Amino acid sequence: MEYMQREKISYRKAIYRALDRVLGSDEKVVFMGEDISEYGGAFGVSADLYRRYPSRVISTPISEGSVAGAAVGLSMTGYRVIVEIMFMDFITLAMDQIINHAANIHYMYGGQVSCPIVIRAPAGGYRGYGPSHSKTLEGLFLGIPGLKIVAPSTVQDAWGALISAIYDNNPVLFIEHKLLYNMEGEIDLDYKIGPIGRARIAREGADVTVVSHSYGTHLSMRAAQELSAQGIEAEVIDLVSLKPLDIGAVAASVEKTGRLVTVEEGDLSGGVGAEVVSRVVEDCLPYIDGRIVRVGKPDVPIPASIMAESRVLPGVDDIVDAAKRTLSWE
Amino acid sequence: MPIDTLDRFEVKYLRIIDENGTADPSVMPPLPDALLKNIFEKIVLARTFNQRAMSLQREGRIGTYASFYGQEAAQVGSALAIAEGDWVFPSFRESGVLIALGYPMRRLYSYWAGDERGMQAPPGLNVFPMSVPVGTQAPHGMGAAWAMKYRKEKKASITYFGDGGSSRGDFHEALNLAGVFKVPAIFFCQNNQWAISMPRQRQTAAKTIAQKAIGYGIEGMAVDGNDAVAVYKATTDALDRAKRGEGPTLIEAFTYRLDDHTTSDEASRYRPKEEVEAWRVKEPLIRLRLFMEKKGLWTREYEEGVGKAALDAVDREIEAYEGMAAPEPSDMFRYTYDELTARQKRELKEFGWER
Ligand SMILES: Cc1ncc(C[n+]2csc(CCOP(=O)(O)OP(=O)(O)O)c2C)c(N)n1
Ligand SMILES: [Mg+2]
Repeated sequence: MEYMQREKISYRKAIYRALDRVLGSDEKVVFMGEDISEYGGAFGVSADLYRRYPSRVISTPISEGSVAGAAVGLSMTGYRVIVEIMFMDFITLAMDQIINHAANIHYMYGGQVSCPIVIRAPAGGYRGYGPSHSKTLEGLFLGIPGLKIVAPSTVQDAWGALISAIYDNNPVLFIEHKLLYNMEGEIDLDYKIGPIGRARIAREGADVTVVSHSYGTHLSMRAAQELSAQGIEAEVIDLVSLKPLDIGAVAASVEKTGRLVTVEEGDLSGGVGAEVVSRVVEDCLPYIDGRIVRVGKPDVPIPASIMAESRVLPGVDDIVDAAKRTLSWE
Repeated sequence: MPIDTLDRFEVKYLRIIDENGTADPSVMPPLPDALLKNIFEKIVLARTFNQRAMSLQREGRIGTYASFYGQEAAQVGSALAIAEGDWVFPSFRESGVLIALGYPMRRLYSYWAGDERGMQAPPGLNVFPMSVPVGTQAPHGMGAAWAMKYRKEKKASITYFGDGGSSRGDFHEALNLAGVFKVPAIFFCQNNQWAISMPRQRQTAAKTIAQKAIGYGIEGMAVDGNDAVAVYKATTDALDRAKRGEGPTLIEAFTYRLDDHTTSDEASRYRPKEEVEAWRVKEPLIRLRLFMEKKGLWTREYEEGVGKAALDAVDREIEAYEGMAAPEPSDMFRYTYDELTARQKRELKEFGWER
């Protein structure tokens, strides 16, 4: 299908178009998942793609582990496979295939074969979906060599990063946030993100560095506005890629501001913030000029009650408070 | 040597009462009138709960809800076969099973309103929280049955799941384990013909789900899931066998999901209206009513009375649910581990949720 070169579209549409472009230009691309054909996907991302590519857009039985394993087999023998996991919570059922197979195979076969798989996983809460439909699990995957992880926050990056992920020869976990699907933004079809692994400076500022990804970037931008009204200028870094992690971009910013806040929706324990902070401390301790604060979820499951959920998941106020706390050592 | 046949299999299908309410005497068990009336009354009660849940959801008084409309015979028929002490592992579809077991409806409403306390079964009711991940509860039923075997109890577990759940590896592994260790476990599949937008024939190339038992060396049978009496008989027989130490059974109940997958779904987008209408006339209450009428157990006044009592009971439960105090937000810290960790204690203080 022909699309306009520049246009304002939703995040959902950007993913749809990236899938369409790749499926349309490459017969060796297959897209599988639960309820992605007639139903159009649980979040409406795949829409009518199955009608256009009936043999390559496939609704599978409810067999996450075997579908991920089949993707490994397909990809080792010449296909590029996109797997949609209905909710990121259910990626746990495909863990062995992702961790022990997909991520290991390139190494185990001495570089002779690769597994170009993209696992798309809608993550995140704030919708009252309860403890098994709201998780943000990237922390679980940070320590898996061989696997890449991207979690774009903008419409443009969703388009660019998905195409890059599909053409990456490594398995890539592609994290989408449920609250981003309806968000609109400018897209330029020629935009290329290039190889996965670069962060984006979402906003410049001299006082405090706020590092986030996915939906957290939008919360951070709103917090930055509030901070600005109070005379504090935050530099917001959108990681886009969590593995590889562009720690150079974060370090350069911290060297300037001397202060660091990390923002994520997942668990603080073993999370993205934990990784960012340790690396910043290793690389730029002499520049740090105030306490470092991580914003994220405490050690509790996500409750179904929206009221309780909104308290345990990070909000704009939490980020504003955190940024202020970095201004001193108290 | 010609090719030998090592084994032969067949898949049994039980139906006792047909759609016109006629019972086949060759398979009809001698059921007391009181039990038949109990089945009827529980179906009416469950259906009333379900109807009210659907309207409460529309009014924003509960959250997303999974209706079991059309599946009452499979749910109530099997539930009434369960004895005290047996363990039940439901999926999210099984509100009707729980109601038939006497689970307080106020708690079910509160669960569907997003209050996890709703899944705290009252003492004496061995019901596990509904599994929201599809099919992954099957091994739990196997494990609980294993515990019964260790303790030499005359009890069994029953695990509920859907046709879609039968595609999960966990289901297959649970059946295999249950067969190997010969535990008293029943695996009860409500084949309601759909898993969200996927029709049954796109889950498995097999003709039935019941026949999957064959590969694991355990008993398997299919039953008309809209015939409450057949479901009751099949489940009772399976539980009795399990309790005699004769091992697990897989039961497939053919039924139909007359409503959308959940209140956030719109099934008309993917399934033909004619199919739904064809199943609507097979819904469980019609034939039970006709059958009981022939036996002199049903009159219009009787049903009116049952309906009125159900409505009153459900209304009382809704009132009780809406009067429940909001959960303590600190509960999520309190129940994450058996005890609060040092870090959680600090977090509780930071949130201002200490009690
Ligand atoms: C492991 C897992 N994968 C996917 C889902 C999303 N999901 C929820 S219900 C459902 C369909 C279940 O169909 P079936 O087992 O037939 O049960 P029914 O809904 O018909 O009662 C799916 C795919 C889930 N909850 N868990
Ligand atoms: Mg089903």
